[in-house]
Order: sequence, then structure tokens, then C-alpha cells
Amino acid sequence: MPIYNDEVMEHFKAPRNVGEIADADGVGEVGNPTCGDMMKFTIKVKDNRLEDVKYLTFGCGAAIAVSSMVSEMAMGKTIEEALKITNKDVAEKLGGLPPNKLHCSNLGADALHKAIENYQEKTEGKE
Amino acid sequence: MKEINMDYGAAGPVDPRVFEAMQPFFINYFGNPSSGHDLGDKPREALAEAREKVAVLLGALPEEIIFTSSASESNNAALKGIAAAGKNKGNHIISSSIEHFSVLNPLKTLQKNGYEITLLPVDKFGLVDPHQLREAITPETILISIMTANPEIGTIQPIRDLALIAKEKEIPFHTDATAAIGFVPFNVDDNGVDLLTMSGDQFYGPKGSAVLYVRRRTRILPFVEGGIQEKGRRAGTENVPAIVGLGEASRLAAEEMEVRSKKLSQIRDKLRTSLFESIPHIYLNGHPTHRLPQNLHIAVEFIEGEAMLMRLAMAGIFVSSGSTCTSQALKSSHVLAATGLSTELAQGSLLFSFGKDNTEDDVPYVTEQLSEITTLLRQMSPLYQKYLKEGNM
Repeated sequence: MPIYNDEVMEHFKAPRNVGEIADADGVGEVGNPTCGDMMKFTIKVKDNRLEDVKYLTFGCGAAIAVSSMVSEMAMGKTIEEALKITNKDVAEKLGGLPPNKLHCSNLGADALHKAIENYQEKTEGKE
Repeated sequence: MKEINMDYGAAGPVDPRVFEAMQPFFINYFGNPSSGHDLGDKPREALAEAREKVAVLLGALPEEIIFTSSASESNNAALKGIAAAGKNKGNHIISSSIEHFSVLNPLKTLQKNGYEITLLPVDKFGLVDPHQLREAITPETILISIMTANPEIGTIQPIRDLALIAKEKEIPFHTDATAAIGFVPFNVDDNGVDLLTMSGDQFYGPKGSAVLYVRRRTRILPFVEGGIQEKGRRAGTENVPAIVGLGEASRLAAEEMEVRSKKLSQIRDKLRTSLFESIPHIYLNGHPTHRLPQNLHIAVEFIEGEAMLMRLAMAGIFVSSGSTCTSQALKSSHVLAATGLSTELAQGSLLFSFGKDNTEDDVPYVTEQLSEITTLLRQMSPLYQKYLKEGNM
């Protein structure tokens, strides 16, 4: 029995939206290399929608697949919708993760939410 | 797709000659060596033969060989058996910080039961310092256990020097030689060890075939109690097919070790040179020269081991890693930590352990694949991107 299911492997083999938006509207970084996983999400927002979502990930297969899935789920969503994406949603959308890898999925949505919060902090007061 | 197993440390195939030797003992000669009738004759004879072959490989006496089910069992039996036998003499045991968990965990249990444990540190190459061993000995010391070679970073210890110190103080010396036996010549008398752990599955014998060598007149209590198998030192009906396989694997190792190890060390050195020429920001772990012929261990900076391991597997190359994510316990390698390697670098560790089906022709393909994978994963690594912007952190 393989450790990861086909959906996870698919995202791991061909991760979507990899990169870093140079003039990002929001940046969110979670984790650190010591614990094994680290993700940095950058977002571009237009008319309250996530026009672009990119990430850089240091981590295992699950961490990479989760980043990819989060970016796909968040792309084009409104800020409110994107904030509602939970770690559980991500794991479910990936068809499940091995129990000891569930903590990786927690990082994904957290990093995205941090990027959105960073955007909100920057725009607060300007509106 | 071509498959290249460079994870022999995890598992290797049984040598076909070993398999052939084992086969008659499943159906034809199924008897119990303890039986007093004819059915026990052939298995009993086979058991004695296997014991002799293992003894030759180690330079030991046949009666000093105890067959067990695994290296883990042998380590448990050695530590707990000596600790129990020496209880009235003292309660102090010395070992090292880079031992296998089947040494470290029994020591933790012994500690809970009132024993004092000293784990000696290692230097950046993974070597134990004989002077530190000497200084750690107290009048209470009843056992010293230092591994012959580390299966992860490949470092070979100066066992002879270490065992000599134990001998001067009349303290039993155990060595977990699981990673070494079959690959480097090891004579128990030349090295002066009193107990030794080895496992057949490391050198083309079957899984479930292992040995605890105990020098005669060493005081030890049995770990598995029951019948009088192995002269009462290890109860349980003998796993005759596995033991026959272990015997044959030992005979072949004694005969072929020199040729095998020369070939393995050539593959090791060629891959090392090739990887270091092709991939920037990688580091060698373990000792540059005092290392197992079948072991190459590197740390790849800025990326994580499991992701590398998975991508290599997609290319048909099987390796191992000491990263947090590859361990079921989600802890990065205690061996790498003991050598002072940063956790960050340990996350990017890769272990190549070579075996009989590897050839030097595998080197260019493995180099090319790992080089591509490293580039790809570094492109998506926040640490590498940061490094490119800011330089050394």
C-alpha cells in the first residue's frame, strides 16, 4: 500500500502555482526548517478576490501537495471565501493524508490565512 | 523502468545460494532439532553446521554463538542480560549517543529500573573518543556497549582501542556490529569484544536470522526464558531454515567479503565524487575514510529529505533519509544531531546504502536524477530563494 494516495501524488508530482509574487499584496510564512516544514504564500488581490496565489515550500511530500491544493482552492475566491478554507477541507480535498502527516495540512491553510491577514493589515486605514 | 536499490541497509534480497540452502528445511527436513527421534537428526546437524560457519566468520567458538530472531533481540539480550547478571557488582553502563534504538531504548528502561547510563558523545565524524570512555568508567561500571559501525553515517569506531580499555578494567564489552559484519572483516579475539550483535539480513541472509556472540565465561542471564534451546541461553524452537540461511550467508561472506567490499567502496567513492562535482551545497556526513564500504551519507542544503526520496523513487532509485518527515516518529535523526549537524541540514539528509546488484554504471543516472531533483525542489524552496537574495544566512 503506498503511503500517499493518487491525488496527493498527483499534486506532489506536478505542484500548481509554485513561485513568489514579486509585488505581492500579502505575504504569509509559517513553520520552520527545524520542524521539517516551512511554507511561504504570496497573494495578489483585486476587487476583493484572490487574483493570484503562489507559494514556496520546504517540506515533505504531504507539505508540497498541501501547498499546491491550497493554492488551487484559493485561486479566484473572495477574501471571505478563502478565509473559510480550513485545514480539514484541504486534507479532505486531497482524499486524506496519513495520520502522522496531518500536521502538514494544518500549515497550508494557516499560511494562506496569514497572507490574507497581512493584506488586510496593509489595506486597513487606506479604505 | 529500471529500478536501482540503494537502500540495502533497509532490506536486501536473499542470495539465491542462501535460498537454495534453506529450501529443504521448510518441507523435507521440518523436524525439531530437540527431538530425540530421526526427524530431529537432519535439522540438528544443520544447526551445528550453521553455528560453525558463523563462528568461522567471527573467529569465535561455535558454542559462543547464540541464534536470535533479530539484531534488536540480540541487543536487548546483551544489555538486559549483562545488567541483570552484574546487578550485585554495580549499576553503571556506558554506551554512545549514536547507537541504534534497540540499544538506546533498553538503556532507557534500565535507567528507569535504577541503572546509571552514560552516553558518550561523538565528534563531528561520529567517532567515540577512547579517552572519554576511560574517564567515564567508575567502580560501578558493569557494561560498555559501543557499536562497530553506524548504519546511518557509516562511521567505523576504533573498537579494538575501546575494548582494550574495558579489558583493563575487566568490564564486559558489547558491540552492535550489525552494519559491519559481512562488509568489514571482524575477528572477536583481535578486537577483544565479549559480546557482539549481528544480523543475517544485512548481508544477503534471510530476515529473522541474527546472532548474539557471547565470549565463554561471560556472566549473562537469558533474555528469552523457557526451554533449553541454545543451552538455555535463548529459549524457543530454533528457526532452522533462517539459521541455515544465516550460516550459508556467513560462509559466503567469509569467502567473498574482500571482493564484495572492494566493489562497493568503488561505487561509493565514484558516486560521492560525481555528486559533489554536480550538485552545489551538499555535505558529506560521517567519517571521510573510516567508513563502511556500502555507505554514503550526504546532506543536501535548502531542501527536505522525503521530497527528494519520493522524487528519486519516481525515477526508480530507492534511498533513505534521516529527515523528520521520513521517520514515523517525526523526529529527525539522533545520530546526525550527535555529530552536531544542524536540524535544518539533517532534514535534507540522504542515505545511500549499496549492495550486490549496484554497479558503477548506476552512478551517472543517479547523479543526473538527483541533480535535476535538487534543482527543482530548490526552485520551490523558500530557504533557497532567501539564500539567493541574501546570501549565506
